[in-house]
Amino acid sequence: MNKITNDDQMNEDISQQKDNMDSTISMLRQQFSEFWFYFSENKTAVAGFYFLVFAVFVAIFADLISPYDPAQQFRDFYETPPIWQDGGNIKFLFGTDSLGRDMLSRIIHGTRLSLFAGCIVVVISLSAGISLGLVAGFFKGWTETIIMRIMDTIMAVPGLLMALVFVAVMGPGLRNAMIAIAITYTPAFVRLARASTITEVNKDYVIASKIIGASKFRLMFISILPNCMAPLIVQATMSFSTAILDTAALGFLGMGAQPPKPEWGKLIAENLKEINSAPWTVTIPGIAILTAVLAINLMGDGMRDALDPKMKRS
Amino acid sequence: MLRLLINKLAVMIPVFFGVTLVAFGFIRMLPGDPVEVLAGERGLSAEKHAAALAKLGFDRPIWEQYFSYIWDVFHGDFGISIITNRPVLDEFFERFPATVELALCAMIFALIIGLPIGLVAAVKRGSFIDQGLMGISLIGYSMPVFWWGLLLIMTFSSSLGWTPVSGRISFMYEVDHITGFMLIDSLFSDDEGAFKSAISHLILPTIVLGTIPLAVIARQTRSAMLEILSEDYIRTAKAKGLSPFRIVSIHALRNALITVITVIGLMVATLLAGAILTESIFSWPGIGKWVIFSVFSRDYFAIQGALLLIAIIIMIINLMVELTYGIINPKILHK
Repeated sequence: MNKITNDDQMNEDISQQKDNMDSTISMLRQQFSEFWFYFSENKTAVAGFYFLVFAVFVAIFADLISPYDPAQQFRDFYETPPIWQDGGNIKFLFGTDSLGRDMLSRIIHGTRLSLFAGCIVVVISLSAGISLGLVAGFFKGWTETIIMRIMDTIMAVPGLLMALVFVAVMGPGLRNAMIAIAITYTPAFVRLARASTITEVNKDYVIASKIIGASKFRLMFISILPNCMAPLIVQATMSFSTAILDTAALGFLGMGAQPPKPEWGKLIAENLKEINSAPWTVTIPGIAILTAVLAINLMGDGMRDALDPKMKRS
Repeated sequence: MLRLLINKLAVMIPVFFGVTLVAFGFIRMLPGDPVEVLAGERGLSAEKHAAALAKLGFDRPIWEQYFSYIWDVFHGDFGISIITNRPVLDEFFERFPATVELALCAMIFALIIGLPIGLVAAVKRGSFIDQGLMGISLIGYSMPVFWWGLLLIMTFSSSLGWTPVSGRISFMYEVDHITGFMLIDSLFSDDEGAFKSAISHLILPTIVLGTIPLAVIARQTRSAMLEILSEDYIRTAKAKGLSPFRIVSIHALRNALITVITVIGLMVATLLAGAILTESIFSWPGIGKWVIFSVFSRDYFAIQGALLLIAIIIMIINLMVELTYGIINPKILHK
């Protein structure tokens, strides 16, 4: 008898869960279409978004798109200027560097490294920031104090300096550079997540689910977190662009990606010697960094306007 | 006011000890022990190794090492540079004026250009001027600093020959170090051209370091002005028939400046981080170049000292900004 009721209840639970899922999905869809409505009004933000989509496409299919292997040396074509300058060669649209390597192929493969690095940095710092911020805002007391003071400590030192010191200890390389930059970005996410958690934690819906007996984990990650996402998403977008800049800066200083990896900052550093004879080997990677970062920032601006309730005109 | 100060100090003191832990810990986190790292590939004999460890105090228990480190720091001993064998504190403050001079110039440059841009964009909201100015400042905000510096050197130094490539002043001039600020020192020197030379050396680094603060100030000024221009008291001022110039410059700008001052305060850390890149491109003999040099020459005690000193300076500046903010905007005191 008892078992049957249990089964019934379980079936009911499952169907209710399914209903919940359906309603969540339709709510998300509605939220997204509302977001897209406001976002698409901002033409430059949409342009930035499409450029980023293009860059991601280039990064994923770098092997198929790039005309040559980025490390292949063409010994008859040292320092060939790009196609729009005198002496340009149709075979090398962006010219070649002092070792006769095709700049276009190196930029394309650099896109992959730089976007990948930016992504990893954001994923690490976002997930660490969300977890620590939720815990700090939810548990309060000593846990909060300790977490926030550690974050203050990280913020007390300029990010690039902190990253440099970290890389000096762990050894240069793209992986350590990404970890180092992610550490310096974490406090911003922790602060945002904590601030939103504190405002959400006393709202009726959280108290209601607490009374039903939801676990702390469920309260934090399933009840509260979805309602804190808007500022975090904007911050993540902005961090994505600065992460690309910082990875390039560390690469430029010789502390990030190591040769022969054609990371954008590294490309600028390795072509610095030829800046007078082959200036395009320095300018083109810089333009790549600038456009990618600009596109992401344009998109981030549009996203902030679309997600920020204060700016909404409804 | 006092309560604000006490509140801020209550946060600052744990952070200070946090930074000392980081600075203390990072040398202990090096793979192998620091003496091995310092000795390099040739290595040391066992006795010399032990003696060197004892001399640096690395043979004692870790908590004892930390307390003696804190003790030294409070007595102004930030360690000895491995490369020059001189106190890190001396090395730091020898170069500090150069960085301060550059950072101040960059900040002034950013304010002089950024504020008007933000003002005009806010007043002409939605127009082509607004979009153009905001577009330019977003480009400035997205600029890779090191590349921007190289680009300027390529055009203005290499091609046009207008400005020198590196350093603070031409080798032709010998300037006595009185204040450490080249602009002031060169003004007092007997050479006529010294001041001119110092200025021409300063222009490009100032632009490069000031670009990102400029963009941030322009954007913040615009958004602060937009918020204020829609306030009731501005409408009252308009209804009274005040000139638009008076409304913008007296009624609105003064309140917008509160936001801008906070932004400037927060920018100090950005400036110091930017100085690392700017100084290494222009060979500007300041803290940033020294930090990079120390990282490359594995001068771990110099890095340790620089980390702590920079953090202390930033904390002090932030505290001063908070207090100034409290004076300008008394509302914050009563929160």
